[in-house]
Formats: sequence, C-alpha cells, structure tokens
Amino acid sequence: MPNYLISIYQPDGDPPPPEVLGPIMERLGDWNRRLRAAGAWVFTAGLLPPGTATVLRVSGSEEIVTDGPFAEGKEHLGGFTVITAADLDVALDWARQVAEITTLPIEVRPMALADGSG
Amino acid sequence: MPGVPGSAEPDQISTEIARVFRAEYGRAVAILIRAFGDIDTAEDAVQDAFATAVTHWSADGLPPSPAGWIITTARNRATDRLRREASRQDRHAQAALLRAAAEPIEEGPVHDDRLRLIFTCCHPALAPAAQVALTLRLLGGLTTTEIAHAFLVPEPTMAQRLVRAKGKISGARIPYRVPTEADLPARLAAVLAVVYLIFNEGYVAGSGDELIRTDLCTEAIRLGRTLADLMPDEPEVAGLLALMLLAASRRAARTTPEGALVLLADQDRSGWDRDLIAEGQALVRQCLRRNQPGPYQIQAAINAVHSDAPTAADTDWGQILQLYDQMLALTPSPVVALHRSVALAEVSGPAAGLAAIDGLPLQSYYLFHAIRADFLRRLSRQAEAAAAYESAIARTANAAEREFLCRRLDSQTGE
Repeated sequence: MPNYLISIYQPDGDPPPPEVLGPIMERLGDWNRRLRAAGAWVFTAGLLPPGTATVLRVSGSEEIVTDGPFAEGKEHLGGFTVITAADLDVALDWARQVAEITTLPIEVRPMALADGSG
Repeated sequence: MPGVPGSAEPDQISTEIARVFRAEYGRAVAILIRAFGDIDTAEDAVQDAFATAVTHWSADGLPPSPAGWIITTARNRATDRLRREASRQDRHAQAALLRAAAEPIEEGPVHDDRLRLIFTCCHPALAPAAQVALTLRLLGGLTTTEIAHAFLVPEPTMAQRLVRAKGKISGARIPYRVPTEADLPARLAAVLAVVYLIFNEGYVAGSGDELIRTDLCTEAIRLGRTLADLMPDEPEVAGLLALMLLAASRRAARTTPEGALVLLADQDRSGWDRDLIAEGQALVRQCLRRNQPGPYQIQAAINAVHSDAPTAADTDWGQILQLYDQMLALTPSPVVALHRSVALAEVSGPAAGLAAIDGLPLQSYYLFHAIRADFLRRLSRQAEAAAAYESAIARTANAAEREFLCRRLDSQTGE
C-alpha cells in the first residue's frame, strides 16, 4: 500500500495559549491512537519553530550556512505524520480529521516507492 | 469525428461507426481501465479497436454487438501490447497483465464502470479545469484538439493539463470507485457541477468555434443522460438533465442568424424544440412527485414554467418568484437574489426589483449591471440606465452579449 505524507501548516508566531492548545493536542493524540489501531500509522514528528532551522548550501568547495528556514512565509511546516492507505480517499479521510481538530490547512502528498515510482 | 481515421467507405457505415463511438467510447474506456488499472493503456486500446473497426466494418458490415466487439478487440489489443512490453521486463506492463488476468470480482451491487470513471475524473483533488478536460476526454471521447478549441486554450496547454491530471490520478492513487455513502452527496455535487459547466460553456453564444461549442451542449446532455440512467434515485441528477434539456430547447431561438442575442421575452417560441421541452417537463414532474428539491431541480422547474407559456405575456411570474424564493432559502447567494429580482420586477414592478438588488456584492458581475440597467430603463431613469449599461459592457467579453448591451445603451442615449 502507498504511504502518504500528511503535513500540518501553521501560522508563524506564538502558538495558541495552553487552554486552546491543550484540548487540540489531546484530540490529536486520540487521532494518533486511532491511526495505530487501524494499522495505518507509520511515523509522526512535531517540529520546533522555523527560527531554530539552519540551511546549508555547498557549491564546489564553498559551504554557506544560513540561519532560519529554507522558505520564509506566513505559514510553516509544524509537524507531519506518515500513514499508509489504500488510496487517496482513505488518506483524505484521515487528513480531514486533523484539519477539523487543528483548523489548520493539511497537505496530503503521496510518497514515492523505494524505486522512485508512484 | 475524434479518434477514428477517415474512411472512403459508404457514408452509412461511417455514420454508424461515429454513432457507436459516441455512445460506447466512455463505457469501453471505463471497462478497460478497470481491467488493466491504467488510463493510457485503456485509451490506446479503445482507439486502436475503433481504428480496426473502420476497416473491418466497412468491409463486412456492423457486427451483432458493436459495443461488445469494440471492448473485446480493445482488451485483446491491450493484452497483446502488454505481453510484448512484459517480455522486455517492463514492471508496469507485468503488473497490468496480472491485474487483467485476475479479473477483479465485484463486491456488493454491481456498478457501471462509467460511474466509477466519472467520479475519478471529477475528484475534488483535481483542479476544476482538469476535471472538465478529463471528463470530456475519457467519457466523451473528445480529442485533445477538440477540448482545447472548445475552451479556447492552446492545444499544448490542454495536452499538458490532461497529462498532469492523469499523472496525479496514478501518483496520488485517486480511487476508481463510486464514493462511500457518506462522501456521495459532496462528490456527486462535484460531478454535476462539471457536467453543468460543460453545458454552459457550450450554451454561451457567440464566442469560440460555434459548432464545437454546440457539441459541448450535446456532450453535457449525453453525460447527463448517462448519469440519470446510472443513478435513477438521485433527484438532482434528474434535475440537472431536465434543466439542460429545457435550456437547450431554446438554443435555436436564442440568437439571430447573425449571432446576436435574443432575450427570452423576444424569442420566437415556435423555434423552441418541443421534444426537448416535453422530455424536460416530464423529468420536472417526476422531481416534483419525489419532493426532494435541490438547486438543479428548482432551476429546471423555473425553465419549465417558461416553456409552458405560449407567449412571454402568458408567463406565470408568480410561480417563478415562488420557485426563486425556495431557491434562495436553499442556497442563499447574491447571484440567486439577482435572478430572483427579475421575477420580482415582473410581479411587483421594476422599482421593487431595483430595491431588491440594491447593495448586492456583485459589482464585478456584468449581469448585475445589465439587470440594474434594465430596471432603470423601465423606470425611465435614462442617464442612470446608460451608466449601468456602460458598466455592464465593460465587464463582458462575450460578443453577442456586448452587442445586445450596446444596442440597449444606444436606445437610452438616443443615438
């Protein structure tokens, strides 16, 4: 079965206060447990803020290190989950639940197989 | 005719092949996609089969079941081609062969493959323009060139759009099945929107290649009939088909031979297609009996009321206003409110219509200004009417509509 990358995009700036974030994280935890129970869970990661990122470029013998994320925007990748699903509709069903819980835009993207094909 | 090479054989046979092509292309492609799990393989095989049919049928006449002949020939062609490719160690070809050999077994009620295909083509994960192009290509059998012309898009752009859409279907694994009951209402709405968009693209007179755009109406109605056959219990499917039939019935009367737009009130009603009206009205009556109203059914009912009136003066505007009230309650939108104002003006006068559209957030919509101009004209507020006509003209690219509005503007400025 194909794997899908489910990415959560969140606005830059401070996270919501604990009284708002708490229930959201709790529901996300439930979602993760349901994923595992369904055998659809592969990997989950939350990311620290984009300000903690470092970008590295190597050109010839020169190495350039810059502070901050690769792409600056109003939103950034806040975390992601890799799931396994029979098709896009099944993947969209899982993603829809995250969108409802977080009220954030969620990107669903198929992952290439080991040989690079779809 | 798309996909079928020209033939020097008798006209009757080529007309028959054209008819079979139109009627069966989508079904053949849909069946082959299920069998081989690949859109390109299916399309190539079905086109191949039709090309073979031109030679065989011209010599021997049509087989007893032309559709069955096409599907069997296409299946054999695809299998032969995949075998050749599989012997060259092509992993995809081997997979497709295995799949075809396994011949998937249906679960639950058997659905027509065309229904799966249209839900795949109109999947919300595809851009609307791609949904339209794929539907016309795979279900209607239109060539890329035809679709490009119909939508006034350069051919390479349309070709790229189709390739990209097919790439997304296979890459993201957009499923080839009818959505689950929970998803069905939203997904069906997307399918109906695509069919109606195709129809309207063909219905708007005076832009693009007239003939090809008329074809779009025919194609949309064909898709509507297919859907109505396959989903007989969905009232909005019947509603959309009725709406298209009733609108199409007025097509000939809607423009002058020179292509100028003729308003509903000014149309020669003897030019309306009575067969289409009868079919559309029968569907509207069916919908009324079912009593599960939806936006397409209500629009169809409004069109049915117009079709009932022997002259414009006989129009039952009271009933039309009631239908618009129902529509506005169901789908409150400024555009519905705008259309309702036209009925209101007929029932209660242009001042009431004007008041009803005051403040609608439709400043960028030409029809808002055109309708407002008409109310002002009828209220003899000439300077304001002229200004409103100018606003409308500035906001439409459609030649027939511009020409109509310019004539009205001239009547207000006395030129």
